[in-house]
Amino acid sequence: MNLFQYDFMIRALIGALVIGLAAPALGIYLVQRKMSLIGDGIGHVALTGVGVGLLLDRSPVITAVIVAAAGAVAIELLRERGRTSGDLALALLFYGGIAGGVMLVGLSNNRSNASLMAYLFGSLTTTSRTDLVVICVLGAVVLAAMLLLRPALFAICHDEEYARVSGLPVRALNILIAVAAAVTVTIAMRTVGLLLVSALMVVPVAAAQQVTRGFRSTMAAAMALGVLAAGLGVWLAGEIDTAVGATIVVLAIAGFLAVAVAAAAWRALRRRPFTRTAEVEPPDVILER
Amino acid sequence: MYVTAEPVFSAEPVVEIAHGVVGYADRPVLRDVSLSAAAGEVVAILGANGSGKSTLIRAILGLVPLRGGTVRLFGTPLKRFRQWRRVGYVPQRLGAGSGVPATVGEVVASGRLARRGVLRPPGAADRAAVTAALTAVGLAERAAEPVATLSGGQQQRTLIARALAGEPELLVLDEPTAGVDASSQTAFADALRGFVDTGGTVLLVAHELGPLQPLINRAVVVHDGKIAHDGAAPVPAGHHAAPDHDHVHPHAPEEPPGVCLT
Repeated sequence: MNLFQYDFMIRALIGALVIGLAAPALGIYLVQRKMSLIGDGIGHVALTGVGVGLLLDRSPVITAVIVAAAGAVAIELLRERGRTSGDLALALLFYGGIAGGVMLVGLSNNRSNASLMAYLFGSLTTTSRTDLVVICVLGAVVLAAMLLLRPALFAICHDEEYARVSGLPVRALNILIAVAAAVTVTIAMRTVGLLLVSALMVVPVAAAQQVTRGFRSTMAAAMALGVLAAGLGVWLAGEIDTAVGATIVVLAIAGFLAVAVAAAAWRALRRRPFTRTAEVEPPDVILER
Repeated sequence: MYVTAEPVFSAEPVVEIAHGVVGYADRPVLRDVSLSAAAGEVVAILGANGSGKSTLIRAILGLVPLRGGTVRLFGTPLKRFRQWRRVGYVPQRLGAGSGVPATVGEVVASGRLARRGVLRPPGAADRAAVTAALTAVGLAERAAEPVATLSGGQQQRTLIARALAGEPELLVLDEPTAGVDASSQTAFADALRGFVDTGGTVLLVAHELGPLQPLINRAVVVHDGKIAHDGAAPVPAGHHAAPDHDHVHPHAPEEPPGVCLT
């Protein structure tokens, strides 16, 4: 039986592929900044947005984008200050976000645990036609911004002070990254789920950088791995009836392990012939005739 | 040797800080510091650890806020200064960095951003400037290698190449040769000499001058947040004055330097 004869499967697949491409393109900047967990935090905050949407009977995607973007900008401004309390402020924001979200969903008409689980871990059946349009448009915007602004975003994440002395609009670009992270989290919540989307931003980058030498090649490889994990994940989740977000993430981590092992094996193999050639090298002096 | 025609110092200073005051919390770092450099000058800012010499150039670049006084770059007050393409900055070391690899070429290419802006994609002129800067520091062959695999000295040369790639008129360097091996120090001095020969202005923070010594026309010594000396470079004392003393600590880069600056 072919699962992809169902429209909902096709929609879930397209949504997952867009996210598989956009999440690592954004995530590479977060990883470079050592802020790999920030996507997770924004996901927590976005749940409050979902709660607000369900409570007001509005599209939860729109309210989640707004609340998550506000949270992401707040996190960015805290980071910019760089003061000691930043770490605790983040913790407050994360836990406040998820607790607020669960409470608001409970107060709404749509209070079943099933709907909460669908937002937290993703679901194959919840992506509507409208959702898919929103996912594709916003995903394309995020992707275009991350690719077109790569030199400037790379400079800022690599050496922020240097970027400042280069006269780059550092704060505006930092806020752009924060808002793009919030948008990516929100469009991913339908398929991958709020609690696991961060993995799709980080794990493909972690896998790619085992074998790449430059930033651009890491970005390309991470996007390829992201799309692969997302596509295979939707298919496998449909076949064996598991939560789609979890399936995608498990596949991505399996990919990371495979790449890490292969890279280590490749390095070990390359080292061996090197010592062999050293042995057969001709002697520098002739000691005996 | 290096006195190729006396540099023409224009009336307007390239860099000027007047009565600068900088402090963190209650601790003053710079108190009433005034300094200016004219076009074509090569000024060394010397001083012990914690004297405030790095803070001085960071204040000039707007990286730390001034509590008092004013900074002007190319005659424009820092707040209104927008021509950052005229300034090249070489930090002490590569930023905290990350696990994401970046090639030497990619890092040096970010030096072009001040000139070409955020939106314009790199063109032939940008690529040519990156290659020229890499050649100037002797790293042309390493452009495709990840920065993290280079030695400390080569990473430092990558940073000066990044600044040179922007074709600046003013170079500001923060301890560029601290803990750098002798061959990199020489490559560094050659690159800087090329820049000075084209009429560039240099502001350089250092512990010790080493091979950069012949390039310096003026030395400023910062002591305890104030300028203690402004004039000719101080003469090294003791065994540092010996003609064969090149002051390199190849095996103990973290050792405190022995030069007495005041």
